[in-house]
Amino acid sequence: MKKKLVIAVTALNAIDSPGPGVAVIRAIRECPDFEARIIGLSYEALEPGLYMHELVDKSYQIPYPSAGTDSLLARLEYIHAEEQLELIIPNFDAELFNFIKLRDKLHTMGIRTFLPDLVQFESRDKLKLFDFGKKHGFLVPRDRVLHEFRELKKMEEELEYPVVVKGKFYDAVIANSYDQVEKAFLKILAKWGLPIILQDFVKGTEINIAVLGDGKGKAISIIPMRKLYITDKGKAWAGITLDDDRLVALARQFIASTQWRGGCELEVMLTDDGKPFIMEVNPRFPAWIYLTAAAGQNQPASLVKMAMGEPVAPFTHYEVGKIFIRYSWDLITDIAEFQKISGNGEL
Amino acid sequence: MLIIRITRYTFVSKKNTTMRIRKNIAVSEEGFLFNPTTGDSFSTNSTGALIIRLLKQDKTLPEIASELCDEYDADRLLVERDLEEFASLLKEYSVLD
Repeated sequence: MKKKLVIAVTALNAIDSPGPGVAVIRAIRECPDFEARIIGLSYEALEPGLYMHELVDKSYQIPYPSAGTDSLLARLEYIHAEEQLELIIPNFDAELFNFIKLRDKLHTMGIRTFLPDLVQFESRDKLKLFDFGKKHGFLVPRDRVLHEFRELKKMEEELEYPVVVKGKFYDAVIANSYDQVEKAFLKILAKWGLPIILQDFVKGTEINIAVLGDGKGKAISIIPMRKLYITDKGKAWAGITLDDDRLVALARQFIASTQWRGGCELEVMLTDDGKPFIMEVNPRFPAWIYLTAAAGQNQPASLVKMAMGEPVAPFTHYEVGKIFIRYSWDLITDIAEFQKISGNGEL
Repeated sequence: MLIIRITRYTFVSKKNTTMRIRKNIAVSEEGFLFNPTTGDSFSTNSTGALIIRLLKQDKTLPEIASELCDEYDADRLLVERDLEEFASLLKEYSVLD
């Protein structure tokens, strides 16, 4: 493989619900098999990854997903002319649809991706997850998709508590009464719009599994992680790699059933009697993806290799008991830097 | 993180059964246990560490009780009762099969 690849990465934010971009770049940088020039793609001027010059060589702002594929493509054409991009790794749920739609055009331009196709992407959508589980034989909690507020009103008598109120893209609130459901519904509605999902609450241990599929039904890497410290947004702030054959088998079955191409994260609730319920399937690497590299299966670097056409054999071993502990750090920069990205859209 | 403490020594089971530590449980010299299937970890005091070492050698509970009685010059009934309690805790935490 060529020694220096030009790779664009999105999701450089690092708020309390951080984007995976910085972790993806860190893992790529650690791979000894190739060097990379990293191009950061950002939506906002205060995404911390923009200012991490030891990780990101150059950054460009791109239009919000709601602007559509035409404006994204126009911006990527400009960036490509400047940087000769070879690969783009998008890491936000909300932007993936546009990138998947543009996949062929990007390929024509000489820019590779390693993404699921639209059918794969949409089949695991939160709105269809229950049917997805039924079709493939996975345990998935029952849910109801609400397209308007009055549907919720009608359900007042039949709801059982607790129940989980979830947004289309992000956010989940456990509600123990109708009042709490209504409050969560309105809060999530204001932020993410409709529809909103009510999902049966499943009690158990929260496990996340980072998985990389080759697009032909084979899982290249599977790393299960138990959340050790959970933020009020439900995000893992610390986690540990596990050795549990049931979880590995579940992930392998998921990849085989969907022929998934690229990275994804299975959010699993393992009940006390050992039943793994799939709560969500995130169609991209999780923010804790660097743990896969630390445990011996560098998923982002493997994705790069596969995207560039290099065969990658499935990993067979990883370190169990590897722990990540996230921390926050006040990065200091200068107004001149901020001005470049906010004024010129480049840094 | 769950913590097992045994302040006194151990047990008595009349049964001559061997209680096995799950094969993938990691135990350090100091008595720190890690269950890689669940991600749980535990720490014990020196008595707990000794019991776990003996369990790993496939000793039965009565055999362990005898060793503890010798080691600590303790009343056997008391030792057996505490050991049984400790073993049930290990079972509850999925450390024992």
